Amino acid sequence: VIVRDELATQQIALVDLLDRLLAGGVVVTGELTLAIADIDMVRISLRALITSIVEERPLT
Amino acid sequence: MSEASYTYAVARSFDPALIEGLHGVDGAPVHLVRHEDLVAVVSGLASADAEESALRARLESLEELEAIARAHYAVVAAVAPHSVTLPLRVVTIYSGDARVAEVLRDDYARLCSALDRLAGRVELGVKVYMDSSSARSGPSTAAGPESATPGRDYLRQRRQQRQQREDAQQQAASAARRIEAGLQELAVDCRAHRPQDSQLSGAAGENILNLAYLVEVRRIEEFARRAARLAGEANGVSVVTTGPWAPYSFVDPGLSSHGGSGEAS
Repeated sequence: VIVRDELATQQIALVDLLDRLLAGGVVVTGELTLAIADIDMVRISLRALITSIVEERPLT
Repeated sequence: MSEASYTYAVARSFDPALIEGLHGVDGAPVHLVRHEDLVAVVSGLASADAEESALRARLESLEELEAIARAHYAVVAAVAPHSVTLPLRVVTIYSGDARVAEVLRDDYARLCSALDRLAGRVELGVKVYMDSSSARSGPSTAAGPESATPGRDYLRQRRQQRQQREDAQQQAASAARRIEAGLQELAVDCRAHRPQDSQLSGAAGENILNLAYLVEVRRIEEFARRAARLAGEANGVSVVTTGPWAPYSFVDPGLSSHGGSGEAS
């Protein structure tokens, strides 16, 4: 079966999670602590962070 | 009490006993905030942690972000089997439960129509990867032993290799299109996410298509079989399916800033 039962049996890949949590989900406004634009900023700085982590890894 | 309210999802009312003992971000217990037949799924967050600078610092640490993302995901996944669930964007934090209730009241109509649209449907992820072997090398076309022009043979071989690589890419792209179209028939909606960086995902091949489909619950099995069949028929690509997910990628366009691949509204 190709739909793997990931939800129950194994940890979800962080990249799959972030695809959904950072880009998806309903945005409801009103007194949010972080503005949505700020979350986009976080996403950008996060990408830079992840890239730098990847670059530190030795190439295999 | 000066606690902020981290809000995970909005759902149709359900028995809170079903999620008793559920914990969210920072291990805080999850509770429901009700307005008419809607509930917001919430946990308390220490006010100091809810301040913008503190949050920003947390989100810029990959470890912290992962912890928050996994907690958010786990709460939504725990709620979704019990009621139609509209996941909220990660780090949706209000100053308190009273404010959450106001949001439910103010956005009631829009939240309800979004929930109605998602009832009985789940999100399935489909990622298509180009096989790394077919991208790099085809069968070697060594010059025959009768060759008297090794230099020209070398150039021809290089040209052939490049051609093979381009052919493999085109083959993978058309295989991906066939898979996308074949699955679309069984889905209510489809959104494209950015292809994943193989360095982040650790996947062997290049991710050429990263899709989310909104699928009726009763068609999950059929969808899975179709995905397996299309993957088996395709050359030069492999397919990974994930889910079912709560419908993160399919929130009402009027409620979201998510550009997505566009949807008729």
